[in-house]
Amino acid sequence: MTTSLPDEHFFRRESGRLVSTLTRMLGVHHLALAEDAVQETLAAAVEVWAFRGVPENPSAWLTTAARNRAVSLLRRERTARRFAPEIGRLTDAEGTPGTESPVAHLPPALRDDELRMMFSCCHPDIPEDAQVALVLSLLSGFSAHELAEAFLVSRAAMEKRLSRAKKALSGTRGLFELEARDFETRLAAVHRALYLLFNEGYHGASPDAAVRLDLCREAMRLAALLLEHAPAATPATHALAALMALDAARLPARVDEAGDLTELSRQDRSRWDARLIARGLELLESSARGEVVSEYHLEAAIAATHALAPSAEKTSWGEIVELYDALLRLRPSPVVALNRAVAVAEQLGPERGLQALRSIPGTERLAAYPFYPAALGELELRCERPADARRHFRAAHRLARNPAERTFLERRIAECERQLSSGPHPTVRG
Amino acid sequence: MAMSEFLYLYRLPADSPNMPDSARNMQERLQKWTAWFKDLETRGYLRVLGHPLETAGAVVTEGGRTVHDGPYAESKDIVLGYSVVQAKDLAEARTIAGGCPVLGYGGMVEVRPIRQM
Repeated sequence: MTTSLPDEHFFRRESGRLVSTLTRMLGVHHLALAEDAVQETLAAAVEVWAFRGVPENPSAWLTTAARNRAVSLLRRERTARRFAPEIGRLTDAEGTPGTESPVAHLPPALRDDELRMMFSCCHPDIPEDAQVALVLSLLSGFSAHELAEAFLVSRAAMEKRLSRAKKALSGTRGLFELEARDFETRLAAVHRALYLLFNEGYHGASPDAAVRLDLCREAMRLAALLLEHAPAATPATHALAALMALDAARLPARVDEAGDLTELSRQDRSRWDARLIARGLELLESSARGEVVSEYHLEAAIAATHALAPSAEKTSWGEIVELYDALLRLRPSPVVALNRAVAVAEQLGPERGLQALRSIPGTERLAAYPFYPAALGELELRCERPADARRHFRAAHRLARNPAERTFLERRIAECERQLSSGPHPTVRG
Repeated sequence: MAMSEFLYLYRLPADSPNMPDSARNMQERLQKWTAWFKDLETRGYLRVLGHPLETAGAVVTEGGRTVHDGPYAESKDIVLGYSVVQAKDLAEARTIAGGCPVLGYGGMVEVRPIRQM
């Protein structure tokens, strides 16, 4: 017995590992039972370890306990056949599948329980937002309540989203319904889910910064898991991991000492995480082996350009605009176009940036997105039109999704008012 | 000063949504419990750390006729575990129990003086 506590992500990791392993042993149709067994096991571990300390090998302790718990749950199920084969599978020494096991034909990467679970969660029958929720629920130990908060939906809506997705998942034929030939398309879906997961943490709506940080960390942990398993470690996987590392490097500087959001141009770059930048650049370099340039390559290259610039002024904005152009060809989206317009403003001045903003096709899709009016406000302010700027910032303020965004916009509105009362004077570029 | 001993029974209502349902709150619970016991120990209150208890069990009455398999007995709540704490009087023992993490998730601590004579 030891008295030291497992690190702060221990229960997340173990929860994902145990659910994946038990589901593999029991069959995916027993997903709910596997989840129950894991939850009860972890809850019991908390009580036992509180009194006795954490055992030497907590993972082994949990594996044994979870397997025993699953056996007793199976036995308790009234409908269980007397000699349910699942029980045999759970009680053999290692619980490892035999040679005739259905995993034998799978690509090696999918022999890892957690990876297989990740790939299964990204089933084409499950909508993207539900895939992300499912990954977080099954692989990262998030409760429906926490997910509802993270994604700003009601708890009932999140529970519905999860239960539908779990139903789709547990209704899949055989073990995880994954053939080798599905690997590539499914890998793309996995990338997409991890990308969305990371973004939800980075730009997400949750008012709880700790929750958002957890989402970023989980996306990075799962991406690292892909990197560890050869067939999944494609150039696009490297690029995705690079993007996450380079963006995450800026997290310490995104919030100032008062806890307020600070936009990129005003960030104290000495607070960027040099270790993550180095890791990101290294990953980006290894992502360049293939011939395919994915959207993650382009986004990672943009993040790298920022990471390498000594200041906002000395950033190669022209290069960034070109990268956004390429990204728009690959993945046309008003959010990408918005980011491009901001880069255009840096490169060619605020009037050109405003033109670019106003000519974004499909701006109605940005109607609920506070950063669109906020960008208009920022550029109007640089054009020394504080009254127009204030109007846009106010519109953005109405759309703000959390206290950090609101505070940030209130400061910008105050700046407009300061300029309005003191008359025209040169704007200061941040 | 003469110290008295108190049995702490950590109780949780059987019907409360007491299961930690996420990795985050399990992590928090373990941290809080560990800190609680450590604090009791450093402040010299902890006499017997005690044990966590299974919820299942049996109640046996005379003649062995009535045997309940858990969840435990007719009681409306579950005893999660117990400890023995020393304090100068019941008032102090109650104050100490006020810091127990079980209170944070709908539980309670039953404080029972141990008879001395």
